[in-house]
Amino acid sequence: MKIITADQIRANVKKLCIEANLKLPEDVVRALTAAKEAEDWPVAKDILGLLEENLKVAAEKEIPICQDTGAACVFVELGNDVHIDGDLEQAINDGVHDGYIEGYLRKSIAADPLRRGNTEDNTPAFITTHITTGDKLKITVLPKGCGSENMSALRMLKPADGVQGVVDFVLETVSSAGSNPCPPTVLGIGIGGTFDKVAYLSKKALLRPLGEPNPDPYYAELEARLLKEINELGIGPQGFGGRTTCLSVAIEQMPTHVAGLPVAVNVSCHVTRRASVEL
Amino acid sequence: MEHIIKTPVTTEELKALKAGDSVLLSGIVYTARDQAHKQMCECLDRGEALPFDIEGSAIYYVGPTPEKEGMVIGSAGPTTSGRMDAYSPRLLDLGNKVMIGKGKRNDAVKDAIIRNGAVYLAAIGGAGALMASSVKNAEVIAWPELGCEAVRRLEVENLPLTVVIDSTGQDLYETGPAEYLKKTAR
Ligand code: SF4
Repeated sequence: MKIITADQIRANVKKLCIEANLKLPEDVVRALTAAKEAEDWPVAKDILGLLEENLKVAAEKEIPICQDTGAACVFVELGNDVHIDGDLEQAINDGVHDGYIEGYLRKSIAADPLRRGNTEDNTPAFITTHITTGDKLKITVLPKGCGSENMSALRMLKPADGVQGVVDFVLETVSSAGSNPCPPTVLGIGIGGTFDKVAYLSKKALLRPLGEPNPDPYYAELEARLLKEINELGIGPQGFGGRTTCLSVAIEQMPTHVAGLPVAVNVSCHVTRRASVEL
Repeated sequence: MEHIIKTPVTTEELKALKAGDSVLLSGIVYTARDQAHKQMCECLDRGEALPFDIEGSAIYYVGPTPEKEGMVIGSAGPTTSGRMDAYSPRLLDLGNKVMIGKGKRNDAVKDAIIRNGAVYLAAIGGAGALMASSVKNAEVIAWPELGCEAVRRLEVENLPLTVVIDSTGQDLYETGPAEYLKKTAR
């Protein structure tokens, strides 16, 4: 049995919030560089160059890459041999509070969806916890911007719609999003499960490093097909036209009801941020 | 083509700007996003004055991150403009000439742009650190309780922008992708 204290969790979550907002994961940077190399449309290439420059400025000045420092989506994998000394969710929220205040990050959480207002410290975190085996606690912070989140979509397809139905729905979602989600985007796609699980799958897919295919070759092929077809839409970086509309497509699938085919598309942007720690 | 523009602007000088052109904008730019737009329209409903002179003005849809000590502003890239569509025609009709944001506008905004000889410019979405480099001064001038959504008076120097909708209603979000697809069609 390993004991992990609330203070440890709080301090780590604070660090992860700041780190994620100031520096993109290596895989996202690599994907941006590769996209710039492959881009043959001059305007689009220029934009991709400016996005790289933005990363440099953010690193030099130690300021956030993007002003929308997001909703703090937190994924927890908790080994069943870990004992948390304190309140796990409270510790995470305290970490978000500290990170967003001390890290000069933007407080973007409305206190109530209809009556609005602001919680002033970017809490609450949006926490998903998984109990696993072992004595490790893994925490991933994924600050999610709303320009792209707002372009996300979920549809309950019919089984007869099949794979073509999924492709059509994804392309329709990307086309109607157009320039809004700050293309080039990153797409997390959930297929199967239930109404709630499919949305979760689509967000979970954003945790996978860009360029790492689905372990099932059938779905890996579908990811590649979707990426190709999306990048033939011509939307391009910022929607100004070009090849690079999307950097990466990741699919997470699970069994579903015989009568259903749920599909969810969680749209993310070129500022796809995540930072993890294992305690 | 690249244009150097200084605010406040006139309809006459905006005529030269075509969808797809680059603009380096200097002068005063006012920040406003959802809540500030709502409050501005409520001011107008009550017959009160707006917090800044709207004639020839540039409005930037941005909610910056808090500035660190010694900096004038934090990260300051554009937010999605479509959420301001409900308010923009009214402001354009009152003399607002330049809107800065990212993403599509609706037909009502396009019509108001044409009617008033205004323009819609895009800042680079997600390049908040880079955009902030052009901001030389920032001061909250209205509704400080709105936090990042308060109205700020920014002094900018060579803010790099792209003309998305020009004063004739040409829209780069339509023409840009179409042109790319035409050139690459095999
Ligand atoms: S969509 Fe992404 S890059 Fe664009 S403003 Fe939001 S967080 Fe930033």
